[in-house]
Amino acid sequence: MEYEAVIGLEVHAQLQTNSKAFCSCSTKFGSKPNHNTCPICQGMPGVLPVLNKKALEFTVRMAVACNCAINEISRFARKNYYYPDLPKNYQISQYELPVAEHGWVDIAIGDQSRRIGITRIHMEEDAGKLIHDDKRPVSYVDLNRTGSPLIEIVSEPEIRTSEEAAAYLRHLRAILMYLNICDGNMEEGSFRCDANVSLRPKSESKLGVKAEVKNMNSFRNVQRALDYEIERQTAELTAGGRIIQETRLFDPAAGVTSSMRSKEQAHDYRYFPDPDLPPLRIPPELIEKVKSEAPELPSQKKERFINELGIPPYDAGVLTVSRQLAEYFERVVELFPHPKQVGNWIMTEFLRAMKGTEEPDLTCCPVSPEQLADMLKLIENGAISGKIAKTVFEEMFATGKSASEIIKAKGLTQVSDAGAITEIINKILDDNPAELEKYLGGKVQLKGFFVGQIMKASKGKANPGLVNKMLDEELKKRAC
Amino acid sequence: MKITHAEVDYVAILGRLALDEEEKARYQSQLDDILKYMDLLAEVSTEDVEPMAGPIELYTPLREDVSEQSLPIEVALSNAPDPYESHFRVPKVIE
Amino acid sequence: MNLYEYTAAQLRDMLKKHKVSSKELTQAVLKRIGNVENKVHAYVTIDADRALAMAEAADKRIKSGNAGPLTGIPIAVKDNMCVKGQRTTCGSKILNNFIPPYDATVVGLLKEAGMVILGSANMDEFAMGSSTETSYWGPTKNPWDLERIPGGSSGGSAAAVAAGEAILALGSDTGGSIRLPAAFCGVTGMKPTYGAVSRYGLVAYASSLDQIGPLCSDAVDAALLLDLILGHDPKDSTSAPRSYEPCVNYLNKSVNGLTLGIPKEFFNKLDNPETSTAIEDAKSEYEKLGVKFVELSLPHVDYGIAAYYVIAPSEASSNLARYDGVKYGLRARDFGGMIDMYCQTRAEGFGDEVKRRIMLGTYALSSGYYDAYYLKAAKIRTLITQDFHNAFNNCDAIFCPTAPSPAFKIGEKMNDPIQMYLTDVFTIPVNMAGLPGISIQAGLSSDGLPIGMQLIAPHFEETRLILLASAFQQVTDHHTKKASL
Repeated sequence: MEYEAVIGLEVHAQLQTNSKAFCSCSTKFGSKPNHNTCPICQGMPGVLPVLNKKALEFTVRMAVACNCAINEISRFARKNYYYPDLPKNYQISQYELPVAEHGWVDIAIGDQSRRIGITRIHMEEDAGKLIHDDKRPVSYVDLNRTGSPLIEIVSEPEIRTSEEAAAYLRHLRAILMYLNICDGNMEEGSFRCDANVSLRPKSESKLGVKAEVKNMNSFRNVQRALDYEIERQTAELTAGGRIIQETRLFDPAAGVTSSMRSKEQAHDYRYFPDPDLPPLRIPPELIEKVKSEAPELPSQKKERFINELGIPPYDAGVLTVSRQLAEYFERVVELFPHPKQVGNWIMTEFLRAMKGTEEPDLTCCPVSPEQLADMLKLIENGAISGKIAKTVFEEMFATGKSASEIIKAKGLTQVSDAGAITEIINKILDDNPAELEKYLGGKVQLKGFFVGQIMKASKGKANPGLVNKMLDEELKKRAC
Repeated sequence: MKITHAEVDYVAILGRLALDEEEKARYQSQLDDILKYMDLLAEVSTEDVEPMAGPIELYTPLREDVSEQSLPIEVALSNAPDPYESHFRVPKVIE
Repeated sequence: MNLYEYTAAQLRDMLKKHKVSSKELTQAVLKRIGNVENKVHAYVTIDADRALAMAEAADKRIKSGNAGPLTGIPIAVKDNMCVKGQRTTCGSKILNNFIPPYDATVVGLLKEAGMVILGSANMDEFAMGSSTETSYWGPTKNPWDLERIPGGSSGGSAAAVAAGEAILALGSDTGGSIRLPAAFCGVTGMKPTYGAVSRYGLVAYASSLDQIGPLCSDAVDAALLLDLILGHDPKDSTSAPRSYEPCVNYLNKSVNGLTLGIPKEFFNKLDNPETSTAIEDAKSEYEKLGVKFVELSLPHVDYGIAAYYVIAPSEASSNLARYDGVKYGLRARDFGGMIDMYCQTRAEGFGDEVKRRIMLGTYALSSGYYDAYYLKAAKIRTLITQDFHNAFNNCDAIFCPTAPSPAFKIGEKMNDPIQMYLTDVFTIPVNMAGLPGISIQAGLSSDGLPIGMQLIAPHFEETRLILLASAFQQVTDHHTKKASL
């Protein structure tokens, strides 16, 4: 029997607020253990939560960007479970009435577009961290992260492959970063994902038993984990076995998922409305404000790059992966209005120099958009060749100097002086009589050889356009 | 019995209470009495009645996103039963 | 007359006129504590040094002329209100060594007003009880009869005021925990409207029901203390964002023309003849003052206790989850692994009644039972609240006894949870609806035990309760009677 995978993703994104969701402790990452705690986030007796306005605004931003219906009245609920990194032993979350529901995003799979439904987006507080001692039977609790604001974005079970899952996650992450509400850092855990995976016979519409897969801290691992899990479930079902509803941890080193047995005896979260937080009313003015201030989203930007700037769809996709890169590109285009050329440079030399992973961190890019635009202008007005430009760019990247500074210092200015070029052409033709004879005898492909020799003799500085033109003239002359 | 012995066990572990057999039997019988008393609740028709959201009409207030000084570490750990190098130490948590 | 026998209002005048200093007053109260505390056991923690230091500071403030109405007055706070730097145990072993690094908002207000905090008053463990017998620190005795309970859960606060071990006290009331001990100890006690007094720093029992309020000698003192503690607190999301008219403006005013409602469901249950007589007499007094009475019905109050014992334990089961031996409080010595550490710590740290309510609440919220218990009770709560709102269309306040009978004997109801729960039959519905309620002295039984009556007003009408209580106390002397110790 042929099976189809049904995948639903639960994404947790940490909101980039200054203070925690329900208290005023800093959300700064990397502080010493337990240095960002107070009676409230430590869950001391008698303390009470007060909601961070910014966290709500950020949630609404995401809800609007994901085309959700926003509930005018929503509710905080307590999710009760015992864990040492959860000081109150309940998490303030939302259950019956989340901030937003019924949204969708369109993701690109190759040149196809797929719409993935968003079931809900809700607010909750993060837990702390546990550090396990290697030698002794103890663990250490760090509550710095406890109470940081999170949103959970739950997709409909409409994802069918690990590629779609990765594309969906990349898309959500890009939106979060465009909205400036999450730093998207998967390794530090500010963007996390759990997956619900089940299989069903291809023609069937009823859902199968699902396993929840956790601990996938990169896009690559999400794909690997899902591929493994789909394969495992397929093998299990094909062999006549059945799938158990359980939580499975992905082990990135082994590339397998394995059952997380007995973390707790029972999962009975006993959700109920949090009596410390009255119903949350989202004022229509806030929704209006968020809508009016909404930035252009990656998909919108991509469309515009394709339609208005003539960028090929694939390139437009790459250029809009991160808001930083897209804005860099747009700034260069502003200064040097040849979008295709700018696009080509960024897609090739620039991203290669940025160590070419899918998402360069432009905050530490030594070449400013202004500097790149200046360099492109120098190519356009013939001051340097495209080939030299590559060397110049590498140097700019290494030193942070401007193109003209580097060209001057290294004497890389393109030779466009007809007299000087004529001199070199004649010298090369004179030095290679045999080749010249063959050329004149009809072996025209030898022109390339002469161009090569001329460029070499000019140390690459000769303007290649000019060289071609003048060489043609000179060869014609000698043929007579 | 409105509540079984197994349910008493289940509730005790959910609530993280170590109970011996004598206690379990006692709680079972007391909870049974209480739950029988609560059969009263079923007498009331609550069709179309909204559950009470809060005793007074109120919406959750919002706080400005300003970070403030956290507790000094020695105060943060001053009540800890087993502090260790700025951590709370606990028995090994098995993932 | 001894200094500790005066009311706060009287002492305020004496302090202002420099007839007495706060230090002298505080010393007198501490001496009284020294004399009777071993009989009454009203306190968990007494900090005499701090009290004297606060008294000296208050005297300076009085001298410099910037004293408030309660500056220099000694007060006891219930042991569930966090006092920075002072052990706050909530009557529980699990918090026996907990020292909060913060003040409850109300404690901060007492300090700002220059009051003298004597210490923390005994209470039922986590405020779960009607008799103060469930305290880890042992029961408080009723100053009127040391073989009887003082009521609960704020039994220590009520007994301290009744015994002259404090001039004023703060208690908290989740299902009657201020009003019941006020009635049993012959003092005046009010539970304000839910949301009127900040709960920040009040160790939570049932968050949607808990409310802090005053226990004192009479309505005048209640007004003084209410005017200090009523107010919006941005640290409590359930605190009402509004301002309050001073209660002291409602003392000594006429109640002529007001209407009090008599809920037949409450009176039908009254089978204690002495309580009935005291309540009838009080009714006559009010009639003499021009108050009219109307009978009315609160059809759903009979379900109050059942609904309360779903909602309060449910919230408690979650509120008390934090006592786990990780961050503060007790940790069991012997355990095998993390989960067992939790289970042993909580088994050792919590008493019998607390465990019972955690079990009950956990059960009511657990998978498969939520709709039948928690949700059903939350809906019935809506109906009870509607009953009161309807009733207030026909009356200005509701009048009824505070408790079905006077104080019972120590140990009498300890092994019968339901009988204990039924003690709160007249008080619980008030919490369910979030209304303000006051208990004042209505008389004494033939055994010399105080009998209390309760007045209930619409939301945020604390001033109306003060008006009614003060008018009654102007023409009666029940509130001036003292327990002889």
